[in-house]
Amino acid sequence: MSIFINNKTKLIVQGITGRDGSFHAEQMKAYGTNVVGGVTPGKGGTKVAGIPVFNTVEEAVKETDANTSVIYVPPPYAVDAIYEAVAAGIKLVVCITEGVPANDMMKVYPYVKEMGARLIGPNCPGLISVDQAKVGIMPGTIVKKGSVGVVSRSGTLTYEAIWALTEAGMGQTTCIGIGGDQVIGTNFIDCLRAFEDDKSTKSIVMIGEIGGSDEEEAAKFIKKHMTKPVVSFIAGQTAPPGKRMGHAGAIISGGSGTAADKIKALNNAGVPVAGSPTEIPMHLKELIKNFGMGKKDSKDKKDKKEKKEKKSKAKKAKVVSIKKSDSTKKAARKMAAKSKKKADKKRK
Amino acid sequence: MKIHEYQAKDLFAQAGISVPPGEVATTPVEAFEIAERINRPVMVKSQVHVGGRGKAGGVKYAENSEAAKVLATNILGMDIKGLKVQKVLVTSAEDIISEAYVGIVLDRASKKPVFMVSPAGGVDIEEVAAKTPEKIFKLEVDPVRGLQPYQARNLAYKLYRDINQVRQCADILMKLYQIFWKYDASLVEINPLITNPSSEVVAIDAKINIDDNALYRQKDIEAMRDLDAENPAEIAAREGDLSYVQLDGHIGCMVNGAGLAMATMDLVKRYGGDPANFLDIGGSSNPQKVVTALKIITSDKNVRSILINIFGGITRCDDVAKGIVTALDELKPTIPIVVRLTGTNEEEGKKILAKYNLPFENTLDDVVKKAIDMARVEF
Repeated sequence: MSIFINNKTKLIVQGITGRDGSFHAEQMKAYGTNVVGGVTPGKGGTKVAGIPVFNTVEEAVKETDANTSVIYVPPPYAVDAIYEAVAAGIKLVVCITEGVPANDMMKVYPYVKEMGARLIGPNCPGLISVDQAKVGIMPGTIVKKGSVGVVSRSGTLTYEAIWALTEAGMGQTTCIGIGGDQVIGTNFIDCLRAFEDDKSTKSIVMIGEIGGSDEEEAAKFIKKHMTKPVVSFIAGQTAPPGKRMGHAGAIISGGSGTAADKIKALNNAGVPVAGSPTEIPMHLKELIKNFGMGKKDSKDKKDKKEKKEKKSKAKKAKVVSIKKSDSTKKAARKMAAKSKKKADKKRK
Repeated sequence: MKIHEYQAKDLFAQAGISVPPGEVATTPVEAFEIAERINRPVMVKSQVHVGGRGKAGGVKYAENSEAAKVLATNILGMDIKGLKVQKVLVTSAEDIISEAYVGIVLDRASKKPVFMVSPAGGVDIEEVAAKTPEKIFKLEVDPVRGLQPYQARNLAYKLYRDINQVRQCADILMKLYQIFWKYDASLVEINPLITNPSSEVVAIDAKINIDDNALYRQKDIEAMRDLDAENPAEIAAREGDLSYVQLDGHIGCMVNGAGLAMATMDLVKRYGGDPANFLDIGGSSNPQKVVTALKIITSDKNVRSILINIFGGITRCDDVAKGIVTALDELKPTIPIVVRLTGTNEEEGKKILAKYNLPFENTLDDVVKKAIDMARVEF
């Protein structure tokens, strides 16, 4: 299991004849991703690394039944590529391109939503569902199959964290980079929710950085809804205010978006924040151990019973109404979190 | 990218927003001449890319052109938060009846442009937000449908009761919104927006920040870039397609990837050092970038040791190594360097560097500690 991509992913590469597009199309294919086609206007009918190239996304989808697209086209054309993919019925669009104007993203985002699609990025390294599929530019060599979900706003920093996990014997389900821009299609909460719902993911690593309030929002979400252990790292503690630190979104403006605020919010939500990316595995192991102990220690049978009852109620509710399933799931999670809290209190 | 107040006011005036007459001066004599032309009391306002100019003494009132000349002499060359004043705006001084704040900012969470208006203008709006949040009114605008006139009116009514002023303000808000999109702004702000004794609504300040990602299609804005107002090393970095921010520590850092570069800086601090800079060489494998990066780092006199941290993914370690070799041959730096190369083509990279006897470390934490040790040994 995994989130967003898996062995049923049928991928097309927009901008496949470009320098980056062709290189990574081959890399993704080599990883085992089902790359069914590529798109470059005017290059239809040719092939790149044995992958057929089409003139339009519409044509590519019609011929290949693709459900996912990855975008490597230059910044001035990236937003058009997102519109084209979504219009052609692609449900997952991953935009790797760095340097897309934020105001264009504000305009395309409502369309992505309206069409029921998901956009990841822009300015992101993409994602890997270990041993299933890789969409983007993450090196496939550093991941290892396991039960940790990784989500990050960064690229190489994510690799550092993944590598530390792999070295510590802690494999991953899906590793995803959501992008370093101000306006991005998928945020931390979207990924946390997906990891919470993914049975094979047992714990989560969330790597944030200065700028915006996505980490603070994520902290609130974790406190309310997550039943799985989450460990974090926040980059940019030494960043000066008002300066853009590489990523368009990594800027402390008007005193908000500081690393200190984010770390505080996460700690308040019970999320340990590692002092170095290399210490993430240690914190995660510790937290997993505590979570396990919490369950074992909860001697209060009532509490357990209550939890079970609520769970089965939630399950019943699920059957009754599919439409309501999302809110009932939330309720179930809330209840689970509540009883977890009770157990935590007991421990103290 | 930031533009100066006088440049933003030009854009306002072009859009039909009422601003007081004024011109920019680089010498006291020019300031005198402008004040003569305006022929009434003026404000002499330093043009630097930093907030709090007034508090720092960079904005002054002059009764006449002689006084304007004296003030310009004082303000030109003044240091405001580390930036030297090279230009002053000499502009007609308005009589102020009321001061309000109006602004549009790209809101990351809602992914929409958000208007903020407040009747408490003329002061730091972040302070207002922190102390008296009830005095700030916000409106999210649908980026597809755009700002509707009734929305602008509703906002204007938060600031004024007089229908004539409401209309003037609503008109300004509509125009601000157009400016926001036309110039790919991430922030457009008037603080303060005033009313004068003739009941006119006038923008006596102007601030526009432009999204760097959109500069490729904003050539007129790009041409407004004031190179004198920027750090020379940061200009060199931008021209070399690198992200660089100068800090005041002693450990020079060269890293691939913005997140990893920030994390590396944080670790330098954590282990007892101070980073001299943020520097991201990006995802490309171009050896020339490495040369430019090392040139910039070695030109910083504070730097006592250099830390190179590369996690090869797309970036290939051997390409970075080639860049380091070229830079070492060309620059012959005397500052000690420690390298960490890991990931794609790591072994090839290390082979290329073998004859230079540079110390290598294998992990992020170790390379940081080593760089700090080396900086200590130097002094």
